[in-house]
Parts: sequence; C-alpha cells; structure tokens
Amino acid sequence: MNEKKLTKNNAAKTKAYYTISFVLVAIIAILFAFPLYWILTGAFKTGAEINATTPVWVPSEWVMDNFTRLMSKRTAPLFELTFGKFVIAGPVVPAAIRWLVNTVFMSVSSMLLTCLTAAMAGYVLAKKNFWGRGIVFSLIVCAMALPKQVILIPLLREMSTLKLYDTIWAVIFPIVGWPFGVFLLKQFAEGIPTEMVEACRIDGASEWRTFTDVMFPMIKPGVGACAIFTFINSWNDYFMQLIMLTSNKNLTISLGIATMQAENSTDFGLLMAGSALAAVPIIIVFLIFQKYFTKGITMGAVKG
Amino acid sequence: MANQKVTYNKKTRKLMIHETVTSYLFLLPFLLFFAGFVIYPMFMCLFTSFFDATMGREDIFIGFDNYKTLFNDPVFWKALWNTLIIVVVSVPVTCAFSLWVASVISKMHVAATSAFRCIFYLPVVTGSVAVTMVWKWMFNNYYGIFNYIGTSTGMLEKNINWLGDERFALACIILILLTTSVGQPIVLYVSALDNVDRSLVEAAEVDGATQMQAFWKIKWPQMMPTTLYILVITTINSFQCFALIQLLTSGGPNNSTMTIMYYIYYNAFKLYKYGYGNAMGVILALVIAALSAVQFKLGQEK
Repeated sequence: MNEKKLTKNNAAKTKAYYTISFVLVAIIAILFAFPLYWILTGAFKTGAEINATTPVWVPSEWVMDNFTRLMSKRTAPLFELTFGKFVIAGPVVPAAIRWLVNTVFMSVSSMLLTCLTAAMAGYVLAKKNFWGRGIVFSLIVCAMALPKQVILIPLLREMSTLKLYDTIWAVIFPIVGWPFGVFLLKQFAEGIPTEMVEACRIDGASEWRTFTDVMFPMIKPGVGACAIFTFINSWNDYFMQLIMLTSNKNLTISLGIATMQAENSTDFGLLMAGSALAAVPIIIVFLIFQKYFTKGITMGAVKG
Repeated sequence: MANQKVTYNKKTRKLMIHETVTSYLFLLPFLLFFAGFVIYPMFMCLFTSFFDATMGREDIFIGFDNYKTLFNDPVFWKALWNTLIIVVVSVPVTCAFSLWVASVISKMHVAATSAFRCIFYLPVVTGSVAVTMVWKWMFNNYYGIFNYIGTSTGMLEKNINWLGDERFALACIILILLTTSVGQPIVLYVSALDNVDRSLVEAAEVDGATQMQAFWKIKWPQMMPTTLYILVITTINSFQCFALIQLLTSGGPNNSTMTIMYYIYYNAFKLYKYGYGNAMGVILALVIAALSAVQFKLGQEK
C-alpha cells in the first residue's frame, strides 16, 4: 500500500465531507430562522396576503393593521398601585401594553431577586464548610433533576392560601426558588481562589463586606450570566403564567397572546403581530447579552 | 446586616459554629424561596396524591386509590406511551444533530461560529407561545406553507390537516419540539469541542489519524460528561413539552398527542382532580428519576 496516497485520499474525503456539511448547516440554519422571519413579515402583511393560499414570501406592502387590531381588542389600566383599600390606577391603555409592562416587571423582579439570593447562597456553598452543606447541596441537585411541572398543582393551592393567586408574585417567587442560579454561581465562586477570601477576613473585614467587596465583584460575569438566563427564562415561562394568572389586567404578553388565540384562532395576522410583540424585545435582549448567556449555559453544565 | 455583629464579636468562638451560623444567614433568603416554593410543593405533591382533592372542600384520604385508578386509565397509558415516543425520538435526534452542527460550526471563523450558534438558539429565545403560533399557521390546512409546498411540488395530492390528523399530529409536535431544543446542546458541544486537549489531537494527527478518527477516538471520549448532561436535560425537556400541545392540539385528535404533562394539566385545571393529577406527577417524577439514573450509570461505565 502506498501510504502517502492513502493519507491524501483521506484528506480529500474529509475536505469533501466538511464542504458538504457547511452547506447543509447553512441551509438548515435558514430553515431555523424561517419561523421568526414568518412572524416578523406576517405581522405586517395585509389580511389578503396572510390568507393567500400561495404564500407571499415578502409582503408587497407593509401595513400596521394587525397591530391596530391587536391594540383595540382589549384594554386595561397601565398600572395599579394598591395601598390597602386604596387603588391608584393608571390611564387606560390597550391591554397588550399592560401585558408588556407586566412581563417586564415580572422578568426584572425575578432577575434581581434570583441574582441576589443565588449569589449569596452560591458563595457560601462554594467557600464555606458548615454543617448541613452536603444536605442542602444534594437537595438542590435533586430539585433540578425533577420536572418543574410536578409541583404546579400544590403551588397553585399554596398561592391561593397565601392570597397570591392571580398576582404577578405567584409567578416570580417559584422562579426565585428554582435552584439553577445557585448552582451556576456556586460554580463561578469555586473558581475564585480561597486565599482571596481568607486574606480579606484576616484584614478584619466582616463576612458581609467580604461578600460585597471581594466576592461579588469577582463573580460578576457569573451574576451577569445568571441575570440574563433568568430574565429570558421567566419571560418565556408560559406554563407557570398560564396557571397562576387569570384576570385580563394581570396577564403577561405570551399568555395574553395565547388567550387571544383561543378567541381568534385563525386570525393569523393578529397572532403574528402579538407574537412579534412578545418575541422581539426578548430577542434584542438576547442578542445584546449573548456572550454572558452562552457562558451561563456552559458554566451551569460543567459538573452536570 | 445581622451577620456583621455575629462576625465581629464572636471570632474566638469555635470556627465551625461561626461558619455554620454565617453560612445559613447567607443561605436564608434563597432557602426561604427554595423551601417555600419548591421543596414544600414537592412534598405536597406526594402527600396529596393519597387524597381525593378538589376545589372548595376538604381533602379526603383514599390511600392508593388514585394510583389504582391511574393504572386502569387507558388515557394515562396512552399519554405515557406518547410521552415515551416523544422522548425516544427527540433525545437521540437532538443529541446527534447538535453534535454534528457543533462539530461543523466549530471549524469556522469565531464570528461565524457565534452567528450560527445564535440562529440555532433563536427558536428557544423566541418563546414557546410565539413559536407555536407561527407553526400553527405554517401547518394550517388552507393557508399553511407546508401544504402549499407539498401540493405545488407534487409530493402531496391534496391538503393535509396536519395537526388535526391522528397520523401526523404527534410527528408535527416532535418536529417543532426538535427545533426548540437543539439550541442549548449546540452551545454546550461547541464549548466542549473548544476545551478538548489540543495536544492529544495534534499528536494523533502527526501519527496519521484522519480527522474522523481524531474526532471519535479522542474528542468524543473527552466530551462524555457534556453528552451525559445533554442527555439528561433533553430528556427532562422532552417530558415537559407542554405549550406546544396545549396551544396546538389540546391532546387531540383522539388523544393522539396526549402526553403525561398535558394530562396532568387537563385533570388538575379542567377537571379539578388535584389528587389524581398529583399521583400522575409522582409517577412522572419517578420515571424521570429512573431514566436519569440509568443515563448516569451508563455514562459512568463508559
């Protein structure tokens, strides 16, 4: 056998394989992006083009009709502040705007609460040796392996007892309790040299100072990952929202669109406008913070 | 802060007690949420599964009756069967597909890698509701793009009601599920491929190994932990596939897309059979726990 020839042959084969693969991946990527393209163009198509039996690939004219219809279907006050019996209500706006406000409020609160609690918990789980550490950590791992939906019925009843049912907090609290963030930040904190923490303590800093001035700045990339991860996940956490929220004014944007679907199941123009409204903000957030996000996914998996 | 006092004054005390107290103070905010909204409901799920529980009245203890009814419920078995089909199809396909995509895009320029990674992640970020809406349109009997492509290329004789047809509905659901579940595995595999020990690969190439050999003999074993993690998360994900079914088919037609997840929802939130739904939740948790355990065992043996 001529060995050189064989290697050459192999190299050519590998090259051909990769060229074909590149092309295939590119085609598949286009197919993956297509639904999003279809949402975005569909939102601006006229009724006739939406319901054309021959698909209109690019809208011949871009119209706002679908959005106008979306905004005129339902209304709700922009915000409501309750102090005991007194309620201050904002001006009445299209319900979709209120849903967006709710969704942003929900995602931001979940994000802030999760980052704070998870950073504190992750820090001690990584750097402290204390009684019960093993038990706490194994509970966290077990909880992560179980399907979230299993707890939904008990959660629903618990929220009714706590009078939180049909409030945005009923969605936020379980997200904060979900241990993925702790797991993620524990991984990050483990990467920080223990000497840093000890040196700080020898210098006489309190535990809290050690955390805020030394630990927190060093795990900032991890906190960023945790923040963006929680933000996107809570924005899209449809199941929890579906079960906990019922009144029109308390819906989130995804849930609102899903509700509209039940009433206008073949008005695809309306549904695409709603979908665009739900998806575009979160996609923009994702694209901006993509780097942190990728880091979060990979760090959370290191020890699986 | 409360823990500051503890630190300053009692430094001379036994280190362990100090560490334990401060640690729990740091853990406290998280533990409140974790215990209150994760652990307690999990416990209640198991507990309530032994009761006849519904809205507006006290729960009645009925022992294992919920489980007995469950095992005699043909819809439950159908749901379990469908769920297993979804898992058995989507998990290997997701893993293989994302490994292939990751291996191809990781050869590209950094910017291209990250662009492709983004595109494959887009369906996840778009959110299950928006994704479902657009697929609903694309699968539509009259205005859907699939029927148009099918009939205009001659692959289909006439329009098919994809989601309303027992033969196709589950396959459609699986297809959509696949597009929304490869994002994370691709990100993980790309980073795992980056972390493979370069020197080993180069050594093998010097020794005349082909790229394929280098991939399967050197990179693949090193990526085993990643693969294992991906298997576990995709399995859990496929079990939890819910929004698609609720919004597209509601378990129909004729229960052909009924899954455990949807059946739990249906019993609990349409029929208000909380105890029965919880019993199903317990079974689902057991099935997932068993599967994860098997996957870990297999992974460790390799």
